Amino acid sequence: MTDGKDLQKVNEDMRKLLARAAFGRGNFEDLFVVPVFAVVAALVLGALIMLATGVDLPTIGRSFVALAVGSAGSLNAVSETLTAAIPLVLAGLGLGLGFRAGLFNIGAEGQLLLGGTAAVVFTFSFPSLPFPILMLFGLLTGALVGAAYASIAGILKATTGAHEVITTIMLNLISIRLLEYILRQPYIQREGRADPVSKSVPDAGQLPRLLDWLDPNLRLHAGVFLMLLAVAFVWWLLFRSKIGFAFRASGANPDAARYAGMRSGLVIVAAMATAGALAGLAGAAQVQGVLGRASPGFSAQMGFDAIALALLGRSHPVGILFAGILFGGLEAGGRQMQVDAGVSIDLISIIQALIIVFIAAPLLVRAIFPWGFRKITKGGKA
Amino acid sequence: MDVELRGITKRFGPVVANDNVNMMIRGGEVLGLLGENGAGKSTMMNILSGLYSPDEGEILIDGKPVSFDGPGDGIAAGIGMVHQHFMLVPVFTVAENVVLGVEPTGPLGYLDLKKARAQVDAINKQYGLHVPADALIEDLPVGIQQRVEILKVLFREADVLILDEPTAVLTPQEVEEFFAIVNSLKEAGKAIVFITHKLHEILAISDRINVLRQGRITGEGDPKTLDEAKLAEMMVGRPVSFTVSKGAGTRGRVMLEMSDVIMLDVTDERLLDHVSLKVHSGEVVGVAGVQGNGQTELVEAITGLERVASGKIIFDGEDITHASVRDRHRRGMAHIPEDRHRDGMISPFTIAENMVLNSYYEPTYTRGMAIDWSAVQETAAKYCLDFDVRTPSVFLPAGNLSGGNQQKMVVARELERQTKLVVASQPTRGLDVGSIEYIHARLIDARDEGDGVLIVSSELDEIMGLADRILVMFEGRIVAEFDNTDGKADRNAVGLAMAGAHQGAAA
Repeated sequence: MTDGKDLQKVNEDMRKLLARAAFGRGNFEDLFVVPVFAVVAALVLGALIMLATGVDLPTIGRSFVALAVGSAGSLNAVSETLTAAIPLVLAGLGLGLGFRAGLFNIGAEGQLLLGGTAAVVFTFSFPSLPFPILMLFGLLTGALVGAAYASIAGILKATTGAHEVITTIMLNLISIRLLEYILRQPYIQREGRADPVSKSVPDAGQLPRLLDWLDPNLRLHAGVFLMLLAVAFVWWLLFRSKIGFAFRASGANPDAARYAGMRSGLVIVAAMATAGALAGLAGAAQVQGVLGRASPGFSAQMGFDAIALALLGRSHPVGILFAGILFGGLEAGGRQMQVDAGVSIDLISIIQALIIVFIAAPLLVRAIFPWGFRKITKGGKA
Repeated sequence: MDVELRGITKRFGPVVANDNVNMMIRGGEVLGLLGENGAGKSTMMNILSGLYSPDEGEILIDGKPVSFDGPGDGIAAGIGMVHQHFMLVPVFTVAENVVLGVEPTGPLGYLDLKKARAQVDAINKQYGLHVPADALIEDLPVGIQQRVEILKVLFREADVLILDEPTAVLTPQEVEEFFAIVNSLKEAGKAIVFITHKLHEILAISDRINVLRQGRITGEGDPKTLDEAKLAEMMVGRPVSFTVSKGAGTRGRVMLEMSDVIMLDVTDERLLDHVSLKVHSGEVVGVAGVQGNGQTELVEAITGLERVASGKIIFDGEDITHASVRDRHRRGMAHIPEDRHRDGMISPFTIAENMVLNSYYEPTYTRGMAIDWSAVQETAAKYCLDFDVRTPSVFLPAGNLSGGNQQKMVVARELERQTKLVVASQPTRGLDVGSIEYIHARLIDARDEGDGVLIVSSELDEIMGLADRILVMFEGRIVAEFDNTDGKADRNAVGLAMAGAHQGAAA
């Protein structure tokens, strides 16, 4: 009888320990309120900068309307926003994963350039392969080449301790020059062109457009599914898989990871390779879905924007998805801004940078918008 | 100088760290302040030294109310704190460290080191500190470094000295010398606040004792009329047993055997110098020694965290000299690491995640390549209940737990598995008596279930209480061995061996 009662008590205690805390106000503030206010603050500051450079108020008003319309105001705008988001999110996922594992990988740009170029070369080399096969193998090639290129930095760190920030920056520089060299090789350069431009991706190698039956100008392509799949995959990898646990543990406390028997060298190389694969995939998706060929600087600095994106999304796959859509929207809207109001597209870069600054300084945002937050007391830890 | 704290209350959000505390500190007297981790001792002393300002109450110096706005105000009023973790520049000399921040300067602001040295020597002489003014800090033993900290406070003309767990880093012999210094400070009319959780020390040195529990003064009195049991009860709120209750162990087969192990550092200095030892099943072997004499490296060699240069390590009959950390763990080696914050846990991870930090890959917790988190969480909840880890939920970050509960979490993770050998390094460092009692009992349980247990501790009391056999390490070697089956090893002899006196005899 007493045994039964004890068991009941134990079960009760277990149940309490296993009860999840409700989604707290603090989480809500961190994940939603801070980013929203950061965007607002950045836009306001952006307006002030426009004022300071002599833009008059009606133009500023027009440019913000254009930003909104150009990013979300029409089907075309949404299509452009998502199209721009695809490579950013893919590369950002890789970087976020690296950050979680304690690796500050700056090399997405180079991995993306080489991955994209490899995808182009593969697809025009096997033009006889049928549609989905050529497309998929193209993507795979991009991912593999990106992974291999990133692994160089990973292996250097694991074996010699060379810091990945230095090695990936250097690998970026190498990739830019390497790309120019590759693009001038007779096998790769487009016939009859003097400038370094590659041959085109054959139709069977392209990511199909999704909405061209509505309007041939809509550029949204099947890469959007790839992006969503990658978000789900990275989430699973980080938070559900064995290797992901080792990634996160090594990133949060390398000493404890070593104590727990995790092999730091393996973690470093695996995390770098995965990050490189995602960056390579970003490059492949961009050439197979939008550009159709490789040319110098086809990455348009996406590899660097993706760093900001990963930080903005707090290295969480879902956060990175939203941050990528925000950046995609700013890019698409920025083009509209330039057309409608004649405001320089550089302003968009400033606003993007300001958003990052505000997100990185949550205390500043809390100070500017005190009514949006619960009062926090200093040293609240028990 | 007398300092009175009157009705001090300090809150951090909903947490009341100090609740209407009254305390009197008198010149020429040692006030012992005793309390568990998180009882509010540090908050109290931070208020006294000006780092925090109290929400309610006041501080009176010689009867006059004062208010401190920052840490500078405390020292300006003559209240100096000697922190547990030294704040010294290792490559500076003693004199340079002492005058740092208040350097005596000549014309055009040049540094008058000669004057500094003279001032340091004067203080040295006055209180019998015997610190060489020109020695580099990094060349000095820990006990002398601590005196440099005291010198610093005296140089700033403090009349009240707050000593935060000063004996934690000292050998028994150094503790006695330290007490002599405290007494000479007292005779010079200084007021001393001595913070500790070691009961016998507080009884030995204090003139008056205040006990703090959950932010309140729960006891005060005269050390002559108090004993350890009474103090512990005031501190914990229930009677506490000190003597580890253990029967005689049944010594079985050899679980761990190290023979002639040498470990080198990068400059080929010997960190471990021909170390040979055996740990049997059903036996607790205690490794005593002053910190930094190779104990850390010994544990790293056994657990596989560092490679050894030569020698052999046999675990339950199998050669594991070159086995990985994970391999050793899998064979049944449990490791309670010396620094739980650095090695033993990942603070931002949940308690559930921390409970499987080194076993997450095992089939019990996995489905294919994925971790079965619900299995992990259930196990974690069970471990929490079994080992009395007090938390409202296993989903909370481990960093939110108190020190004692964090350590219980680590111990639970290591001991709940099927183990053959338990390597416990400083298993109760910084814990309060309640948690110490609990963890000691669990280590003895492990022994009684047939594990070999190796305990490394710089607390001689802990070794004396737990170990069946005591090994003493000095400068990377095992210099002495004592039988302690009936708890009757000669405490003084062990202490002397720790200080290196056995060096010649055992080599």
